[in-house]
Amino acid sequence: MLAYHFFNPELYNIKGCHRLLSTEFEPMIATENQASIKGGEFLIKETEAAQIFIPEEFTEEQRMIAQTCQDFLDREIFPHSDEIDSAKDTSLMESLMDKAGELGLLGTSVPEQYGGFGMDFNTSMIVADYIGAAGSFAVALSAHTGIGTLPILYYGTEEQKVKYLPKLATGEYKAAYCLTEPDSGSDANAAKSRAVLNAEGTHYLINGQKMWISNGGFADIFIVFAKIDTDKNLSAFIVEKDFGGITMNAEEHKLGIKGSSTRQVFFNDCPVPVENLLSVREGGFKIAVNILNIGRIKLAVSGVGASRMIFNHAVNYANERKQFGTSIANFGAIKFKLAQMAVKVFATESASYRAGQNIDDAIQSLIAGGMPEGEAKLKGVEQFAIECAMLKVHGSEVLDYAADEGVQIYGGMGYSAEAPMERAYRDARINRIFEGTNEINRLLSVDMLLKRALKGELNIMQPAMAVAKEIMSIPDFSSDEEEGLFVTEKKVLRNLKKAVLMTAGAAVQKFMQNLQNEQEIIMNVADMLIEIYVAESTLLRVEKLIGMRGEEAVSLQKDAALIYLHEAVEKVNSAGRAAITSFAEGDELRGMLMGLKRFTKIDPINLKDARRRIADHAIGENKYSF
Amino acid sequence: MKILVCVTSVPDTTARISFTDGDTKFSKAGVQYITGPYDDYALSRAVELKEQLGATLTVLNVGEADAEPVIRKCLAIGADDAIRVNAEPTDAYFVAEQIAAIARQESYDLILMGRESIDFNGGQVHGIVGEMLGIPSFSPVMKLDIEGTKAKIAREIEGGKETLEASLPLVLGCQEPIAEWKIPNMRGIMTARTKPLRVVEPSGSDSLTKVQKYELPPPKGACRMIPAEEAETLIGLLRTEAKII
Repeated sequence: MLAYHFFNPELYNIKGCHRLLSTEFEPMIATENQASIKGGEFLIKETEAAQIFIPEEFTEEQRMIAQTCQDFLDREIFPHSDEIDSAKDTSLMESLMDKAGELGLLGTSVPEQYGGFGMDFNTSMIVADYIGAAGSFAVALSAHTGIGTLPILYYGTEEQKVKYLPKLATGEYKAAYCLTEPDSGSDANAAKSRAVLNAEGTHYLINGQKMWISNGGFADIFIVFAKIDTDKNLSAFIVEKDFGGITMNAEEHKLGIKGSSTRQVFFNDCPVPVENLLSVREGGFKIAVNILNIGRIKLAVSGVGASRMIFNHAVNYANERKQFGTSIANFGAIKFKLAQMAVKVFATESASYRAGQNIDDAIQSLIAGGMPEGEAKLKGVEQFAIECAMLKVHGSEVLDYAADEGVQIYGGMGYSAEAPMERAYRDARINRIFEGTNEINRLLSVDMLLKRALKGELNIMQPAMAVAKEIMSIPDFSSDEEEGLFVTEKKVLRNLKKAVLMTAGAAVQKFMQNLQNEQEIIMNVADMLIEIYVAESTLLRVEKLIGMRGEEAVSLQKDAALIYLHEAVEKVNSAGRAAITSFAEGDELRGMLMGLKRFTKIDPINLKDARRRIADHAIGENKYSF
Repeated sequence: MKILVCVTSVPDTTARISFTDGDTKFSKAGVQYITGPYDDYALSRAVELKEQLGATLTVLNVGEADAEPVIRKCLAIGADDAIRVNAEPTDAYFVAEQIAAIARQESYDLILMGRESIDFNGGQVHGIVGEMLGIPSFSPVMKLDIEGTKAKIAREIEGGKETLEASLPLVLGCQEPIAEWKIPNMRGIMTARTKPLRVVEPSGSDSLTKVQKYELPPPKGACRMIPAEEAETLIGLLRTEAKII
């Protein structure tokens, strides 16, 4: 799905590093105001609770939109899940998309002048979240509204926008996105599809084969990536089905999302008018990358919706299923699972909407600075591409966790296609694969962070140096400074950031341009980054909530934040250890392991009791109740 | 043609019910409120009639400020404007009095509401409103068509269905399948905030009822199976344990 050239060696020359390392030292932690929060900065700057957006701040209108999505699924999707997945009636998915179009769910991101509703980024996240529970249908909707529509919205000419967007916003046209080929998945720029201008200079003739095309079976519009002549880079085209020269294989048989149309699409001298070239020649790769940034964070939040649905089924089943004379919800082993699921969903929500609002703020500040809206939207998302990649990984893995434990709570019924868990389990799995595999996204998040550091956009090197110095010095044993809400937890977070700076800093110094060959270490560093970002988001959400409602009213949320933080510490420790032992030796190894131990210290609390409190509440409410 | 739909803001059907203040108040903490499901049917049919007849459609709620999200959802579904009578809806008579007071000022051709609310399920308001206004009222109405100044109605009765015709104005308590519930669309949600929502103070007498105590129904006991040949045991249990014979 994504071409990816990992670590441009030019960026890793020693001279470049030296320049960065020799600049003056600055204090490591600074506090910034909202407008100037930059992507990736969470690692080196402390964010205040007031600076983040939390789901509890949704407006009444946003809640109504969420409810509309939920009502739509309850009425049109869930009662027909088997029928949708049987895919016997090929017009069913199309008609469901039409119904979603009537409700306006396909036009949330399209500006009003092109027939949509021009809603902000975080509102479009809400739609992705709540529709996310719909498995096959969610994939169809997100392929249409995301990768199908957005390339025209962000890169189209005025004529292209006027011609296509209104029909895409209502669902009259349905869209698909043709990037992947049999031999080019993650390495998308290696695509073999070709476009050649005809003798008259009026049309490009496209030839090639595209794979795993979501909505392929019923799409009217295809965004097709191909190289013009012998170009090095891809170009993008808007191709109408009726242009001719398009044929398809039968529907793919898949593990999950069986009702989503997935086809191989062949282009045989498909004539595309020259005015249907999107953006500029060889501009396709940039389109693919930028559109995928948006797809990633949306996928993360759609995992939240799916996990929430799984949780609701699971807690309901646990309440109803009796064994040994009592509901299985009364057993600690089940409570543990329910609490873990709820905490992870709560945490992922926190991080997703925090980043979503960061993107909205970045867009607004770029527009205020005079940038055209379309460009500002892309740049805004691009600024938070690191967070988008991290969240994609995290959201899809939380969903898989929830699906797995959901099946387990259902026991034998979890394995039966009669109950909803079997489908949820199969449907969840694709999320770790599409929109860039989780491996690619882990590599990307670390790569982007380091690139920004080397470009001087993110000052990571100096804090990393400071940490390196700190581990050589005598530890600070002074007891805790000031008192206040989450003072010690925030210190823990600061230390976790030091742990990753120490580990990544040492790895960069050790391997320089060869770090690209050490993917195992990069995976470890990505895991550390993700855990820190999510734990911090959750803690800040609860801090803000306490300010809004008082500590007593949100004690369960506080439990959730603390549970998440404790687990994050464990994970940062184990990923850090795996990374460090992969490259350090002797005194350096011992020094870094001691540093890691120092930076991953947290006072123990009774996590079992905290989990029981969360589970008991959800069991009483019989649903996800944060 | 002027249509009024009266809606209730009620706890979600899955809400956990608990009481406060020495069991004299329903605890609203953590409870999600929704439009009364039967009122939702009435509203859905009213929206269809509005489109079909070019009518104006007003929603009315007797309730406190926390009912406004439910009212705005009704606006998003298709009502033109809304009125909230700023008072706690304590009992059917009080609520009907408020509705009748508004209806006298505005003279609606059709006053629709659910057959009953789903919190106290009294099912009386439509009848009382009809009496107060001196116009006919019918419930539970499953089908409604308007032809000129006449309404064609199908009503559920014991063991069957009654089809009747009545002249407007009318008060109707509605239920499924009068229309399919409508889901507010994006356009409706975005325009809801621009539609007028008028808040008026209650009129007439104060509430005539007073809550002394709320109680939850006793939990359902476990089911005991008694073999058919042991009928005597069953009779014994009905006498000594259940004490119903």
